[in-house]
Formats: sequence, C-alpha cells, structure tokens
Amino acid sequence: MTLAITNLHARVGDEATGKALLNGIDLVVKPGEVHAIMGPNGAGKSTLAKVLAGHDAYAVTAGGATLGGADLLALEPHERVHAGLFVGFQYPVEVPGVVNGEFLRLAYNARAKARNQPEVAAKDWAPKLAEYIRQAEAPEDFAGRGLNAGLSGGQRKRNEILQMVVLDPLVAVLDETDSGLDIDAIKAVARGINAWRRADRSVVLITHFQRLLDLVQPDRVHVLVGGRLVESGGPELSARLEREGYGRWGA
Amino acid sequence: MTDAPSEFSAQDYKYGFSTAVEAETFGAGLDEAKIRRISRSRGEPQFLLDFRLKAYAVWRGMQPPEWASLHYPPIDYDGIQFFSQPKKSGDGTPAYASLADVPKEVLETFEKLGIPLDEQKRLSNVAVDAVFDSVSIATTHQQKLHDAGVIFCSFTEAVHSYPALIERWLGSVVPTADNYFAALNSAVFSDGSFVYIPPYTRCPLELSTYFRINNTEAGQFERTLIVCDEGAQVSYLEGCTAPKTSKHQLHAAVVELVAAQDADIKYSTVQNWYAGDPETGEGGVYNFVTKRGACRGARSRISWTQVEAGSAITWKYPSCILQGDDSVGEFYSVALTNGRMQADTGTKMIHLGRNTRSRIIAKGIAADRSQSTYRGLVQVARKAEGARNFTACDSMLVGKRAEARTYPYIDAQRDDAQIEHEASTSRLSEDQLFYLQARGLSEEDAVAAIVTGFCKDVLDELPLEFAAEARKLLTLKLENSVG
Ligand SMILES: Nc1ncnc2c1ncn2[C@@H]1O[C@H](COP(=O)(O)OP(=O)(O)O)[C@@H](O)[C@H]1O
Ligand SMILES: [Mg+2]
Repeated sequence: MTLAITNLHARVGDEATGKALLNGIDLVVKPGEVHAIMGPNGAGKSTLAKVLAGHDAYAVTAGGATLGGADLLALEPHERVHAGLFVGFQYPVEVPGVVNGEFLRLAYNARAKARNQPEVAAKDWAPKLAEYIRQAEAPEDFAGRGLNAGLSGGQRKRNEILQMVVLDPLVAVLDETDSGLDIDAIKAVARGINAWRRADRSVVLITHFQRLLDLVQPDRVHVLVGGRLVESGGPELSARLEREGYGRWGA
Repeated sequence: MTDAPSEFSAQDYKYGFSTAVEAETFGAGLDEAKIRRISRSRGEPQFLLDFRLKAYAVWRGMQPPEWASLHYPPIDYDGIQFFSQPKKSGDGTPAYASLADVPKEVLETFEKLGIPLDEQKRLSNVAVDAVFDSVSIATTHQQKLHDAGVIFCSFTEAVHSYPALIERWLGSVVPTADNYFAALNSAVFSDGSFVYIPPYTRCPLELSTYFRINNTEAGQFERTLIVCDEGAQVSYLEGCTAPKTSKHQLHAAVVELVAAQDADIKYSTVQNWYAGDPETGEGGVYNFVTKRGACRGARSRISWTQVEAGSAITWKYPSCILQGDDSVGEFYSVALTNGRMQADTGTKMIHLGRNTRSRIIAKGIAADRSQSTYRGLVQVARKAEGARNFTACDSMLVGKRAEARTYPYIDAQRDDAQIEHEASTSRLSEDQLFYLQARGLSEEDAVAAIVTGFCKDVLDELPLEFAAEARKLLTLKLENSVG
C-alpha cells in the first residue's frame, strides 16, 4: 500500500490566530520502502505525524494524503489504523488505570473486527501477546504494566514498537522512536523494526540520529524545515546532515 | 420554575421522560396531621404511627448538616409533596392486589426502563420490587422466594404481614435522631423494600428494587430494611431513575442492614437519578441518603457497592458497624459527576469487635464543572483488638474545571490498629482519548476502556447482570463530557 502525501498544508488553531505548521509537503512512500525524515526542532515533523494520525488540534488547509489510493484524511483516527496506518508518537501519553496487555487486546480486536477476522478472547490472549512481545523485543513484563503510566520515556518508545507489531500495519510512521534510548535499547528497537519489515510494509522514520539509520537502512532521506521538505536524497544525505546540521536552510 | 418536565437539549438523559398518571397526593408541606393521614391511609399499626410522630418531633428540632462540601440553596420543605401515589379505584388498601390493578401507564414506564414486570418478560434470575413514586407496584418471583422461606416484599406489605419483624428491626441500625434526613425519612417514609433471609439460607435469586420518581413535585422517601439471619446470604441491588424537571426533587432514603452471625449481605446500587441541566444546574435530584449496616454477629460480612452516576447532589455514606468478632465491612464506590453535579460520598467503618476488617475502594470521576468529594471515617474502638483497614481513593479529573477532594478521617483508639491508606489523582485528557483512537479504538471504546480500567476494582464487585449496564452508563455519561 502506498502512502501519498500531496501539497499538504496544515495549521494549528483557528484561521485568525492559528499558525501554519505544514506548508506544502509532497511525499510518496511505496510498499517495502524505508524513508527517513530529519530536521531541526520545531520544523513540523511531529505535526506531520499527528496530522496523518488524525489529531484534531490540526486543520488541513490544502492538499491531502491517500493510503492505498483512498482518502486518508477523510477517515476517523481509528479507521486510519484499521486501513493499515500506524503512527508511533514522540511523546506517548499515559492513560491511567488501563493495563497494557488488556489494552493491546482491545486494539488488536478492533483491527481484527474491521478486517472481518476473528477476535481473540481474553483467555487466549496471553500466549499470543507473549509472542508479539518476543517479536518486538519488548521487556517481558510489559503485558502487566500500565499503558505508559509508570513507564520511563525509553520504555514508552519500546511500547510503541510493541503496539505496532500487534496492530500489524502496512505503513508505519515512527516519530523519534530512538530519542531517549540508550544504545542497547536502540538496537533492540531497530531489530524490532527490521523483523517486522516485509516487501509490502513500509516505514517512515522521523529521527535526529544517524545511529538508527545505520541499523535500519533508509531508501530515501528527506529534510524537513519550516513545514516543507527542502531536500531529498539517498542514505548519504543523513550522514551529511549529522556532520553539517541544518544551518544552510537557515535553521 | 415550571411544573411540566422540560426538555433539555444539552445532554441526553434517556430516562428523562415523565408518565402521565393521575396522582393522589396530600398536598405540599408537612405537619403532624399529614403524618397521621399518611399512616391512616396505609392502615398502619400504632407503633408505626408513634415512630413517625416521634421522628417528626425530632426532625423539627434539627438543622440540616452543613459540614459536607456541597452548595445548594435552602430546601423549601413547604413546597414538597411528601406522599404521592398513582391513583387507583380506591378501597383504601395500600398495595396493589395484582398486576392487573396497576395502571397501564405505570407498567409501561417500567418496561421502558428495561424492567418488565409481567410474568412473560420479567428478568429470569432477578426478583424485582418496583417502586413508583411512593408506592411499591409489584414484586416478581414471589413463589420461588416463598419456597425458600425468603421474605421479599414492599415495606407496606411487610408492615401488614410481618409487623413483629418491622417493629423489632425498624430504626435499630439508623436511629431516628441519627441525622436530619434520616429523621425526616422516619417521619414520612412511604414505601421501599423489606427482606428477611432465614437462618442458613442462600437466597435463590438476586433481589432488586427499582425506584422511579415520576411525580415531578414529589419527594421520594423510601425505607429499606434487610435482615439476614444466622449463616444466611443475600445479594440485593437497587436502581434509580427520575424524569427531567426544572425543579429539584428531594430523595431522602434510609437503608438498614442487619447481619447475624456468619451472615453475608451484598448491597449494590446503580444510581442514575436525573442530574439537572449540565450548563445551568437547574433541576435534578437532591439525593440525601443514610445507609448503614450492622455486622451484629461473629464472622458476618456486609459489602456495599455503589455506582453513583446521577443526582444534582449526592450526600451518602454507606457504613458498617463491625460489632461481631471477625466481621468484615466493605465499601466499593464509583462516583461519576459531570455538568454541575456535586457528590460528597464515602463510608464509615466502625470497628468494635475483635479482628474486624474493613476495605474501602473509592473511585471518583469528576468532569465539566462538577465537584466530587470522598469523605470517609475509619474508627477503631478500644476493644477492637486486631482491627485492620485498607483504604484506596483514586480520583480522575476530566477537563480543567472539575474538582476532586479526599477527606479520609481516622479515629483509632488502639495503637496496634493496622490502617493503610492510598490515594491518587489523575487526569483524563483529549490527548489520552486520541492516543487510544490512534491505536484503533473508536471514541466510545476508548472512553469505555479508560472507565473500565479506572473503575475495574469496583465494577468487578457488581452482580454480573448489572456490571455491563453500569459500565455502559458510565461510558455514556463520560463520553458527553470528553467528546
Ligand atoms: N498543538 C500545538 N499547539 C501550538 N503549537 C504547536 C502545536 N503543535 C506544534 N506546535 C508548534 O509547531 C511547531 C512544530 O512543532 P513540531 O511539529 O512538534 O516540530 P518537530 O517535531 O519538528 O520538532 C513548533 O513551533 C511547535 O511549537
Ligand atoms: Mg517532534
């Protein structure tokens, strides 16, 4: 399934007092591809991820996005997930009182139901989840933890990867999943992503660091500054960015 | 203020309809003559009239309590109808002889509320006593209960059929002078339920009373008394709704539970009285309720579970007097407030016997501009060697304008009493909802997941038939506030 973003403009807030954050993004991610998006803080990277996920703090003012040819932006957030999109957030929120393992079952079943696949009963979930946890290289005790409540920043990122694996998307957008992780955790996350990759699955990695891109090789690297993709290139671009920074785009 | 139920658009309260039934009332306000009239019209024995008159005298000398974190203008007791019942072709007998005598509109009301009373449609494993305004309409499954020796009937019927039991137990747990609202109730109570479980009997059905205020001018003052004899066991549930009105309706109930040695009483409430207009706070039920259980015998157990999701004001502290050695008291509570609702609720655990144990799990969810207060007292008497309590109070705030408070009072006269207290406050935000939606849950499922997670320890205590219903109710209410 191809994710195609065309001339995407978005702002936060209302027309009068709001602020334009995305100013015409064009990006095509084909099945099997790995794209990296890099850029300075405040460039609009997380905004792009949240607009794709359907966060209603942002209004799309022009352009659009399709997933597998269907209008992505016309869907409710949960329908986007059912259509095959997953967005891993830079700052996963805590949801008090919700147990991670039970939540993952609800999420799994919502997706299964949308695909007309059998749902999993509570009693059959534990072994299935254990297998997902193994695949995602997440800590074993994640099933019984809170949904991000009581997890460190790094653990939350690893929980995002676990959610991705459980939800079985075709396009994953991962926003700074590597930030705040030590090198061993980054390696575990990268192994999780690589194990999940397939010819029909694509991933967009939003990152500041070459370290992750050494472990998950991108096909294309894009530079996002001021709500626009100002340059695109092959894997060599990320190494140059790490050396030179974003100064030449005035950032 | 208008007399007719008005339609509020802001929030959908699906039980807000009113049924056009001709009501027989004694007019507004209260005096001794009215109390005599209530008593006479119901053909009550002398002891009950005396009980009422004494309570009325006590009430007149009392002041409404002011210690709760509740704000409301003084209640005009002269404007309240203290007795209201659907009109019938009157021969003066207090209860309906059979379903055939009950006005059709009233039966339809209960059917609309999901409580069909006729033989074909009634709930198969729950015996229901349906109370409409001041009067019990019908009690189902009488034969099966009778075979087990269980008495489950309206209070009115109990007064006539089992006067000795009523005289013995009425006011034995909640004395008339206990508090302002209990005194008022004792003077004017009309109907409610009476339960007696004989020794070593496990009640074969869930017992349930369904209270409906229909007359928009009337207060409801029901009285429930449950006596569980030695080694007996019962699970009882009450549900409540009222029509939408622009006036405040007063509901002042008294519930008394008595558990003999080794007896086990489980009392559950799903309260969804009309909560008033969510924007203006106009209308809604004032719910001032006194509920208390006495664990009189050794190893007895009383467990309160409540889901309080309605009422403009809730003032309610279901309590346990742990008299018998090794007796156990439990309180599991969810209080959901939204709009302009105010809840001041909690429990009292009074440890008198040795090795008595109590457990308090209170969850408060406060949304919009509502206020939620947990107020609890754990008291350990000097004789209560080995007493133990565990209390956990969790509050969840939805939005920025709601308020939650916790007042856990401890009064221990022994140094070796083990009293543990945990408390937490969290916040439910749109970001959390979005996060769950971004993992494939619909908004409704997202709210339900959060509510279920937060309230799990309490919902798990409800009888199965009602747990799903309660979850749906909470989800629906909360969705209105976060959506
Ligand atoms: N919900 C929001 N409300 C107000 N400003 C926002 C909001 N989201 C993002 N912004 C602003 O938009 C800009 C881009 O933010 P973001 O997309 O998070 O950048 P990046 O992820 O590239 O660091 C920043 O200046 C940020 O402050
Ligand atoms: Mg960011």
